[in-house]
Amino acid sequence: MIPNIAVQAVQMLLVLALAPLLIGFVRLIKARLVARQGPPLLQPYRDLIRLLRKEVVLANNASWLFRAIPYLLFAATWVAAALVPTFAYGLIFSWSADLIAIVALLGTARFLLALAGLDIGTSFGGIGSSREVMFATIAEPAMLMIVFTLALIVGSTQLSAMAAFLSSGHVGIHVSLGMAVIALIIVAIAENARIPVDNPATHLELTMVHEAMILEYSGRHLALIDLSADLKLLLYLSLIACLFVPWGIAPPGADFAAFAVGAIAYIAKIAAFGFMLAVFETSIAKMRVFRVPDFLGVALMLGLLATLLMFVSRSL
Amino acid sequence: MVSGNVSSLMTSMALPAVLASAAALIVVSALGMIAARMALGRILVYGLSLILSAAALAVSLAALLAQGADQTVTLPLGLPWLGAHFRLDALAAFFLVIVNLGGAAASLYALGYGRHEQAPQRVLPFYPLFLAAMILVVIADDAFTFLFAWEFMSLSSWALVVAHDRRRDNLHAGYVYMIMASFGTLALLLAFALLAGSDGAFAFEAIRAATPDTALAALVLVLVLIGTGSKAGLVPLHAWLPLAHPAAPSHVSALLSGVMTKVAVYAFVRIVFDLLGNVPWWGSMAVLALAGITCVMGVLYALMQHDLKRLLAYHTVENIGIIFIGLGLALAFQAYDFAAAAALAFTAALLHVLNHSLFKNLLFLGSGAVLTATGERDMERLGGLIHGMPLTAFAFLIGCIAISALPPLNGFVSEWLTFQAILLSPDLPSWGLRFLVPAVGALLALSAALAAACFVKAFGVTFLGRPRSKAASRPRETDAFSLTSMFALAGLCLLAGILPGYFIDALAPVAKAMVGDSMPLQSDLPYLSIFPIPSRGISYNGLLIFVFMAAAAAASAALIHGFATRGARRGPAWDCGYPDPRPETQYTASSFAQPIRRVFGTLVFRAREDVTMPPPGSTGPARMTVRLSDVLWDTLYAPIGLAVEQIAGWLNALQFLSIRHYLGFVLAALVGLLFVLALWP
Repeated sequence: MIPNIAVQAVQMLLVLALAPLLIGFVRLIKARLVARQGPPLLQPYRDLIRLLRKEVVLANNASWLFRAIPYLLFAATWVAAALVPTFAYGLIFSWSADLIAIVALLGTARFLLALAGLDIGTSFGGIGSSREVMFATIAEPAMLMIVFTLALIVGSTQLSAMAAFLSSGHVGIHVSLGMAVIALIIVAIAENARIPVDNPATHLELTMVHEAMILEYSGRHLALIDLSADLKLLLYLSLIACLFVPWGIAPPGADFAAFAVGAIAYIAKIAAFGFMLAVFETSIAKMRVFRVPDFLGVALMLGLLATLLMFVSRSL
Repeated sequence: MVSGNVSSLMTSMALPAVLASAAALIVVSALGMIAARMALGRILVYGLSLILSAAALAVSLAALLAQGADQTVTLPLGLPWLGAHFRLDALAAFFLVIVNLGGAAASLYALGYGRHEQAPQRVLPFYPLFLAAMILVVIADDAFTFLFAWEFMSLSSWALVVAHDRRRDNLHAGYVYMIMASFGTLALLLAFALLAGSDGAFAFEAIRAATPDTALAALVLVLVLIGTGSKAGLVPLHAWLPLAHPAAPSHVSALLSGVMTKVAVYAFVRIVFDLLGNVPWWGSMAVLALAGITCVMGVLYALMQHDLKRLLAYHTVENIGIIFIGLGLALAFQAYDFAAAAALAFTAALLHVLNHSLFKNLLFLGSGAVLTATGERDMERLGGLIHGMPLTAFAFLIGCIAISALPPLNGFVSEWLTFQAILLSPDLPSWGLRFLVPAVGALLALSAALAAACFVKAFGVTFLGRPRSKAASRPRETDAFSLTSMFALAGLCLLAGILPGYFIDALAPVAKAMVGDSMPLQSDLPYLSIFPIPSRGISYNGLLIFVFMAAAAAASAALIHGFATRGARRGPAWDCGYPDPRPETQYTASSFAQPIRRVFGTLVFRAREDVTMPPPGSTGPARMTVRLSDVLWDTLYAPIGLAVEQIAGWLNALQFLSIRHYLGFVLAALVGLLFVLALWP
């Protein structure tokens, strides 16, 4: 019991510690790819600490909800991130939510953040919120279709069961699985406000979405929101890693060596994904806002097609 | 010991007690008529309604939990050879809980809210009647009593819808409601006639015993879908609902939307699952297809509204779709004897019935509080109410999160169970269902995401931002009665979200009686998780999620405040350096929905945006006109209305005939009927 809880605690702290590092890594690679020196790897940590120590400047008409949302947002995102397998699956609290619930927890986080964008009553906050929920109306069903596909292959919506099944090597080749991975990558890009859907580096631009929602935040509130965004990126990459490249992940009750192998494999996978993300982002331009629904629609259609295939092929 | 006796007495006398409270409510209505214009009348009517509803709630809850034997009572009322049959079984007990919980919450709220009523003499007499009628529908045990109570419910609610008859819209709403209600009752009448057969066996007992053949079952299913669907708001029979529900006073809107639609769901379950049985698999396809369309259309309509109460009413349509998805899946599983899966789908639907009644009541009561504080229902003229009404805002926020199916609140649990039921359906042997169910699953997923968008808009535009009109700039917090009622409902939303196992177990006898199996017992599982399908190891633990979230939020706040800084300063908004103090620069309800309107609306509503710019150099305003058309109304209702008008025009000639012509018609009708009788096999 106690070691199991310890492993779970390690996982929770690991994602919290790794999330800013991942962002720093992606930023560094992106800078190097365009022949800039780039910020140091640990810059996101310094930014967070600096923000945490600054006082908050609130707009005159900010409500209590505006002040509560960063903490709630962080809590929802952190809980979701802690439930996705990283170096091991089948952790002690993994049964408290399945993949649908994890997606819905991220939905809770988004709901709150979109409300925060509307609280001050500025035009930028409104534009961010309304576009964010528009993206979500396509990205979320697409994500659920991906979950459906995986659940029909594995026979369970529980992430640990999925990781166990997919790492066991009995999966074979599914067309549906291929569609699901493409759809998941598209959803991950959109959900994390990456290029070509949104630009994480922009701050003063009419096309911004995520940054527009959080424009009025400062100090510790902004630190928590940034940390939540970092956690969300890590969550999606961990999800892709544990579902589609599950090699090296430690089974429940493994010994220390297996955990160590799992951790090294995990960090290697995340680094590889981060590198790919940086390459992808530097090689593509941002889309117009109303092209994004088409982009996300591809994910939705792929997910739906994959689910349909699973439904239809059950008896063949 | 004593409490044991009391509870066993309560369960054995449950049906008479419920009947007595319904009768007492009718008496209260008479009191309301007499004392309507006095302040005493309000306190008397709502106070007594509260007490009677609470008593009936306690009794029916005890009956549901005790899982006692069914109780029946026959009163010498109604048709002389039939009598009025009443019965309390698990299904009736569950829906009595819904009706009386909603009734109690609305009555408590109205103790405070009713003070602002301008026409109490038009509300007070009908309010208790409406409550009594809903109770009677649920316990009726023969077709005559059922239809009588059903019409009674329609008429009393109609009277409440047109209570504020000064507004033209309300009269139109009442007119449309009346037509749709009559149409629905007609369909139910025909359905019962088919079920009872030519020898007129109207008692439910006799109907249950008979086994109709497939064609008859299908026909009855269609009629019941029309009859109950028109009351519940299934698309395309929903047209009256968003007109009528907002027209009534807010506590009545809550009952119409949160409770009366559930009585319609009850009628569907009672007739299709209990009385009919033997529904072919393609019957379930019809239900599923309608339900899926209802879901998405309902929420898309809701997103386009800027009247807060109308938005909520449209959103009821969506939730009815979710409930009917569960029921349709249960029918499909039942057709192939997958009892465990049918139990899961059925329980999911019933849990959503409970959940929706909780948060929809809460939200309508909240909209009533907004209406009294500002006199506005139009979201384009609201905003910033969270500052003046923080408590109402908090309760409303809970309702918004719950209805958007977000964890850790209750709406998520029932949608999650519905998703799990959908994931069991590839085992179904029918190809039609295999193609339809994933599509319905996608529609459900889409509607869940759209619902979140809809309630970001509803809460964000109404309560957040800056006031958009003078009326909204000085809101006062609503009264203590209303707040108590809203917070009680919000508390129940949280409770059902974090301890769903107990609620699922309470539904077990209902599922057992209706689909022949129930979900496995949940409340004795470790850590209060729910495992809907034990063999698949799928679980959800709302309590743990809630505790984790609360702990993470509290810990992060404590750590940051303790070790970093807790300083805060107020200043003008930043807004990229160009803050404009005028409230017109904010996003409005329409502009918030614009991206979604552009993505979905062009297809569904033929939405068109026309921008006219002033010529260069002119200082005239640029205008943007948005045109939406209600395709369903234009293609379905408008032609029917036109046709009825045409026919009525032709038949108008009949009014100006002589007595000889009329006698001739009577004779022709008589001969015709005799002819039919002679040819009847």
